[in-house]
Amino acid sequence: MKYELVAGFETHVELATNTKIFCSCTTEFGGEPNTHCCPICIGLPGTLPKLNKKVVEYAIRAGLATNCEIAEISKMDRKNYCYPDLPKAYQISQYDKPLCEHGYIQLSNGRKIRILRIHIEEDAGKLVHRRGDTLVDYNRGGVPLIEIVTEPDFRSVDEAKEYVEKLQMIMRYIGVSDCKMQEGSMRCDVNISVRPEGSEELGTRTEIKNMNSITFIAKAMEYEFGRQVDLVESGEKVIQETLRYDDVTNTTSSMRGKEDANDYRYFRDPDLVTINVPRERVEEIRVTLPELPEAKKERYIEELGLPESDAVLLTKYRRIAEYYEKAIEGTKNPKTAANFIIGQIFRSVETESEKEEFNVSVSAESLNELIKLLDSGKIRMNLAKSTLDKMLETGKKATELIDESDMGGLDENTLNDLCKQAVENNPKAVSDYLGGKEKAVKAMVGFVMKNSRGKADAALAEQKIIEIIKKQ
Amino acid sequence: MSESKIAKLHESLVKKEISCKELTEKYIEAIERDNGELNAYVTVTADKALETATKVDEKIAGGEEIGLLEGIPMTLKDNISTDGIRTTCCSKILEDYTPIYDATVWDILKKQNAVLLGKTNMDEFAMGSSCETSYFGGAKNPHNTGHVAGGSSGGVASAVGGNIAVYGLGSDTGGSIRQPASFCGIVGLKPTYGAVSRFGLIAYASSLDQIGPITTNVEDTAIVYDAISQYDKMDSTSKGRQGAPVYNTLKNDIKGMKIGIAKEYLDGVREDVRKAVEDAVKVYESLGAEIVYFDLPSLKYALPVYYIIACAEASSNLGRYDGIRYGYKADNYRDVNEMIKKTRSTGFGEEVKRRILLGTYVLSSGYYDAYYKKAQNLRGTIISAFNKAFESCDVILAPTVPMTAFENGHAVSDPVETYLTDICTVPVNICGLPGVSVPCGYNDKGLPIGMQLIGNAFGEAKILNAAWQYENAADLFKSADFGVKL
Repeated sequence: MKYELVAGFETHVELATNTKIFCSCTTEFGGEPNTHCCPICIGLPGTLPKLNKKVVEYAIRAGLATNCEIAEISKMDRKNYCYPDLPKAYQISQYDKPLCEHGYIQLSNGRKIRILRIHIEEDAGKLVHRRGDTLVDYNRGGVPLIEIVTEPDFRSVDEAKEYVEKLQMIMRYIGVSDCKMQEGSMRCDVNISVRPEGSEELGTRTEIKNMNSITFIAKAMEYEFGRQVDLVESGEKVIQETLRYDDVTNTTSSMRGKEDANDYRYFRDPDLVTINVPRERVEEIRVTLPELPEAKKERYIEELGLPESDAVLLTKYRRIAEYYEKAIEGTKNPKTAANFIIGQIFRSVETESEKEEFNVSVSAESLNELIKLLDSGKIRMNLAKSTLDKMLETGKKATELIDESDMGGLDENTLNDLCKQAVENNPKAVSDYLGGKEKAVKAMVGFVMKNSRGKADAALAEQKIIEIIKKQ
Repeated sequence: MSESKIAKLHESLVKKEISCKELTEKYIEAIERDNGELNAYVTVTADKALETATKVDEKIAGGEEIGLLEGIPMTLKDNISTDGIRTTCCSKILEDYTPIYDATVWDILKKQNAVLLGKTNMDEFAMGSSCETSYFGGAKNPHNTGHVAGGSSGGVASAVGGNIAVYGLGSDTGGSIRQPASFCGIVGLKPTYGAVSRFGLIAYASSLDQIGPITTNVEDTAIVYDAISQYDKMDSTSKGRQGAPVYNTLKNDIKGMKIGIAKEYLDGVREDVRKAVEDAVKVYESLGAEIVYFDLPSLKYALPVYYIIACAEASSNLGRYDGIRYGYKADNYRDVNEMIKKTRSTGFGEEVKRRILLGTYVLSSGYYDAYYKKAQNLRGTIISAFNKAFESCDVILAPTVPMTAFENGHAVSDPVETYLTDICTVPVNICGLPGVSVPCGYNDKGLPIGMQLIGNAFGEAKILNAAWQYENAADLFKSADFGVKL
């Protein structure tokens, strides 16, 4: 029998606000342990939380960017559980009135992954194990999070991978999070079950907690899918449990048994007042949203005529798209800039964070200037390409690198002279050409290019050379 | 005749009849002499008090003007956080806990050079009605030390009633300011929820807790209330006083004021208390107030609603005491879970554990709807009933407690019976309304009886006006045989 994978995601995304969700401590990653803390975020007796308005705004941005409805009235609840990294023994979260609900993200195969809800909550601290001792660092405690919960709409690991990438891309675009999985600012829990293909019923699910890389997510899902299929095929039952993925052994194992399943005893946090989100506020936020990557990609294909592969590469990171859009301002052919960026400039950005920041030595304005020189016929493509390489190396502008004498192209007479010389100096090439080897003309064009220091228009030169040969 | 103690002392300081240092020393001496018997203070801050007093004396000597509360010796209940001064909630679990920040109310008073004599006794985490659940033993009633001072702010009431503090701040979750004020023959105000910042008040039940003054007379309550009822951005539920200082209208005529009485408040009240309240009604009539009678059938739900909500919130608020970051930590444990278990088992007292268990139970899945949710719904019903009552009257008059101060040891021997004595005080907390307890007589054993005036939200000015007029007319205040004689 063939089995189908059914999966749902719960993704925690750390919001990039400057301060924590309930106090004014910094949210900066790292720092000496317990230095980004105050009486409020370490839950000293008598302290009270105060909701950071930016957190609500960022969560609404995230909701709007994923097609959610934004609640007019929302509230904060306490999720009670005792763990040393949680200094109040409750996490302030949202239970039955999340800020955002009923959204979706569309995948490239056309399927929509429904988003059940997005709610805001505080992060916990971190346990550090050292030489048999366990220490707690509360720097991360109180860092704002959104939790994005999907319906069990995933049917393959590829869909899951695409979803996580898309989500990451959207959150970065709208500026609410850097989504650095390796730093834990984006973490995924995956619910997985299996069922015979064609079946409508859901199987018993397991939950793999806290995964921080797309590769691990894919591997863990593949492993867990296989494990569950084996269980079902051998007539055993899948036990509903929470699992941890071990990337060294590539297996999943149980985190806690059912006997100590948590009863979180949710109730409204009496220390915080109702969150009212007037409709006008939602609209105010909506108009500040940038064009999202998906829409941008479509526009690049439709309006700018870029091939899809280029559009994908240019829209994946917001800074690159912004760079590209600045570079093509007032230029003739959008594909030229795309080629320059993808073919040459991308060589200087390798890692994800380099692409994210896109701090390249050639500014978009400089690239724009170079393309305009090309457009106006003042320089030719090969000169433009070599100039761009020099620009990347030196950080200088095109006009600083190209001699006055190199600009303005070749006048008609000089070109004619050079073409004549090319024919005269290459009798072998001429006879080859006349003998039917059309490619032989390239050698003569090369002569012209070389002697014009690249200023000549190669196509025009070729045309003229053929004319001269034919006249002879 | 009603007389403000704070105003009188202020005048003496300004006129240099007594220096602030002398005044403070008198109080410190009285504490040294009487606290052994009253057990009102759990921490005395004599050095800091004298330091502040010296500062005030320098100001007076320099011809500077001083505020009404400047240089007046006072106390704080030991659940109000004080930077650098241990704040124990009278629990073993916080016995050695010293806050690193000030509660907003203390920040306000400190800036006015209030002279803090020390921190006063209370039921552990404010859970109790006799002060006897305190880890340090209960505070005694200054009118008869064979009886309790009441709770949970028993220490403040004992200190103020016994005149080893001019005034104090307590907290009231279900009557913890008004009940001990009533037992000790003094005045205690539980302000409207949100009128006074809770920032720095160690939480018992967050939706019910409110800080308020305990003083010997209504005018002093008005003075202190006006000082502390400020909006605080650190407390999201804070609104501050709405309207003019209550002092402005304190002594207004109350002719035509409608005073409401619900018979349900008098059901099951002991005879001596009922008589005293009925006598108070007569005083009001003589002052030209109009007495209005109304029904309040939902009052019978108030106690269960209170105990469910208070315990539920407490079970969550007290989860943070795990021995990891501050406070008491048990020794001899194998792992962190055992450490937390042992710390809580030995660090919390019986009453606190009882309420944490109750609260955990009512919030548990499967029981939430039957208890917590139902209690929240009934809370709404009671709020509506009070709103309706205030359509026909300006203030509500009721007993503060159905009896006078318990004998020592009585309350802790039967917790449920003791819970029942909170019947008259809890509705105010459930509805977030202001209530003030004022002395209205003494029983045959000489134990004080208190009555309560309840107002609508932010109606402090009205109830204190009514309270002052009564106090001025009835002239009942009796000094206890303790403390500073001025």
